[in-house]
Amino acid sequence: MELNLTQTQEQSGNTSILSVSDLNLHYGSAHALKNINLDMACNQVTAFIGPSGCGKSTLLRCFNRMNDLVESARIDGSIRFNGAEVNEPSTDVIALRRRIGMVFQQSNPFPKSIYENIVYGLRIAGVNDKATLDEAVERSLKSAAIWNEVKDRLNDSALGLSGGQAQRICIARAIAVNPEIILMDEPCSALDPISTLKIEELIEELKSKYTIVIVTHNMQQAARVSDVTAFFYLGELIEAGGTRKIFTNPEKKQTEDYITGRFG
Amino acid sequence: MKLFWKTGEPFVLATGASLAIILVMSLALVGVVMTNGLGYFWPRSLVKFELKDGSSALGQITQLEKNPISGISRIQMKVANRDILGQDFRWIDEKEITSRTVPADAILLERREHGDFFGFLTGVTAEGLVLSATAPYEKLQQAMQQVSKKIDATRTIKQQMSKLNNRSEDLRLKLQKLEYTGKEKNAAAITELTAEREKELTEFNALNEQATATQADIAKITAQFSDVTGAVKDIALVDIVTLQRPNSMSFFAKCGAYLERVRELLLDDPRESNTEGGLFPAIFGTVMMVLLMSVFSLPFGVVAAIYLREYARDGLMTRMVRIAVNNLAGVPSIVYGVFGLGFFVYGVGGSIDRLFFPERLPTPTFGTGGILWSSLTLALLTVPVVIVATEESLASIPKGIREGSLALGATKFQTLTRILLPMATPGIMTGLILSMARAAGEVAPLMIVGVVKLAPTLPFDMNFPFFHMDRKFMHLGFHIYDVGFQSPNVEAAKPMVYVTTMLLLAIVIVASSTAIHLRNRMRGKYTSSTF
Repeated sequence: MELNLTQTQEQSGNTSILSVSDLNLHYGSAHALKNINLDMACNQVTAFIGPSGCGKSTLLRCFNRMNDLVESARIDGSIRFNGAEVNEPSTDVIALRRRIGMVFQQSNPFPKSIYENIVYGLRIAGVNDKATLDEAVERSLKSAAIWNEVKDRLNDSALGLSGGQAQRICIARAIAVNPEIILMDEPCSALDPISTLKIEELIEELKSKYTIVIVTHNMQQAARVSDVTAFFYLGELIEAGGTRKIFTNPEKKQTEDYITGRFG
Repeated sequence: MKLFWKTGEPFVLATGASLAIILVMSLALVGVVMTNGLGYFWPRSLVKFELKDGSSALGQITQLEKNPISGISRIQMKVANRDILGQDFRWIDEKEITSRTVPADAILLERREHGDFFGFLTGVTAEGLVLSATAPYEKLQQAMQQVSKKIDATRTIKQQMSKLNNRSEDLRLKLQKLEYTGKEKNAAAITELTAEREKELTEFNALNEQATATQADIAKITAQFSDVTGAVKDIALVDIVTLQRPNSMSFFAKCGAYLERVRELLLDDPRESNTEGGLFPAIFGTVMMVLLMSVFSLPFGVVAAIYLREYARDGLMTRMVRIAVNNLAGVPSIVYGVFGLGFFVYGVGGSIDRLFFPERLPTPTFGTGGILWSSLTLALLTVPVVIVATEESLASIPKGIREGSLALGATKFQTLTRILLPMATPGIMTGLILSMARAAGEVAPLMIVGVVKLAPTLPFDMNFPFFHMDRKFMHLGFHIYDVGFQSPNVEAAKPMVYVTTMLLLAIVIVASSTAIHLRNRMRGKYTSSTF
């Protein structure tokens, strides 16, 4: 597994793993995403920022086709994941979602034990070998920096965990199936500052193995954790670039206004 | 004053008051049924009144009533001895009474026929019995024990007879089938089977003669009693169900007699057109029917709800189906009974008979009311409740849980079976509880599709295939109606109405609390306790 990962890293280097071109999305008659063009590099953290309703979450949910669940959504344009088209009807959505994991705004542990939560993705993929599952649980809980807190109560219900712990369990659950990309949809918005800090440290560590795309409302968070930041406004991508550059020397007036807190 | 209204204090009082009224009414319901039902089995004293006109009366006091105009009290008495006096109850004016005694040797007999007998023991004719006791009452007790042993001995003969009877009926049906398919072709088989059947019939007749002879012998053992007027009555010991001297019983003996009556109620068959004896067939029928109903309605309801909530596209059609389902729950139950009769009994049942049991026609097998059709009819009646409850509980699962599962690469079906259904189980159980309670109390449709006043056999016995879905059955709800309104002696049957009601309530409560207990255990498993 380790070997495999380094191979991917070497092959792709810092090349783009996910590239969006001319993406338009309509919810019924509402035009939610307008002509988005964006590349996301391998093993980097890309942050999407922007005011509420600007389409950043919608774009994130395009990557693993979660918008399929919304009946009124209509998508044109192309999203390429490792060169393969995501939006084709022939794309195997199940396989795609295994390779692009997702963490939600509200932590959503299943009403099962911690152990069963972590191995859920593997079990539905047909893995039932005890040793493999045990190994995956330990590895992903360690990666999610929660192993020490829960290792003695793996068989307790995951519903008894605190909000921050539950969110890290959800991250571990996403990691357990070895995805290439982890999408995070405002993962810290329901958490207290200490839990937030833990998740941010975790993102920093996960970056070496996974490509992360994070949607956040919190500009400090974007500045702290991301390598690349993209600013959205009213369904349009206003500006994207290195995080330091966006925060210190943005090209567009709108970006500067938003970052300095003049609107949004 | 204005502030008082603003605080909402009166509103809170009103809500509390209405809740209290509802609570009191429910308690009153249970209380009335219990007080009227529970007292029925207590062995009450036999009181003897000497009257002014020189006659006397022996019986149990059931009611005291004061005439509101004249102020004279009247006593209602159960005097029993229906075969002598013609009726069980009589009213006596208090001023007519000259003396009141409680004779210690007064006897209460519960008989297999003609209701109770109140009187005094005069002697025992015990031919063929060896009795060591000398006092007449003890002698009678001993004799009764020996008689009941003899009756037990005849039971094995009865069982053999029933087996033979079943076999010869099977043979008759086989013969009939062979004759239908071709008399000449099957001639050899027909003669063989006829011979076999003849043999079984002779065996049956021999056993029957033996049983009749034994029964006649037992019936010869009698005891002599006299009623309060001194008239002598011979009663065969087989006809006596219980023998009591309530006036000389201690408190604990009375408790014992009480428990014995409760046992009889729960485990014995009814007697005297259901006004006496036990309720076992009705209890069994009710429970089995409700369980069968759940077996049908639960899976169908859950699957239908899954389709409606998870797979059907939300459009006009889905909404119309949903409204129709909700309205189905409100259709008067008798309508379902009529539908069950037309569709299940005559339609489906009739077809089954023509296809699988042509040799029995014109006697219907499934083409008449039965426990299967009753359960299906009630399942139809209660399935909307299950559908609505399942839909509600599926809808109440947070969207994030579904998305979490799908985002991990689960298919819709995997999400449903592994996450959603377990989480919806408590809600589904609520639906099941409601539907079971409704089904247990429903009488009207059952009267059309399979409940009878007195079923000769239970829908379950030791003859293959054990569960006889085609059989008619007895039901507590119908029993209440039958005993209360259709029995020849309504006054005597009144306590039985309350007892039956109490049992029906008890069954509903036991079934619901079991289900509620199960549900709460699941709820603990599937709900959060974080905060």
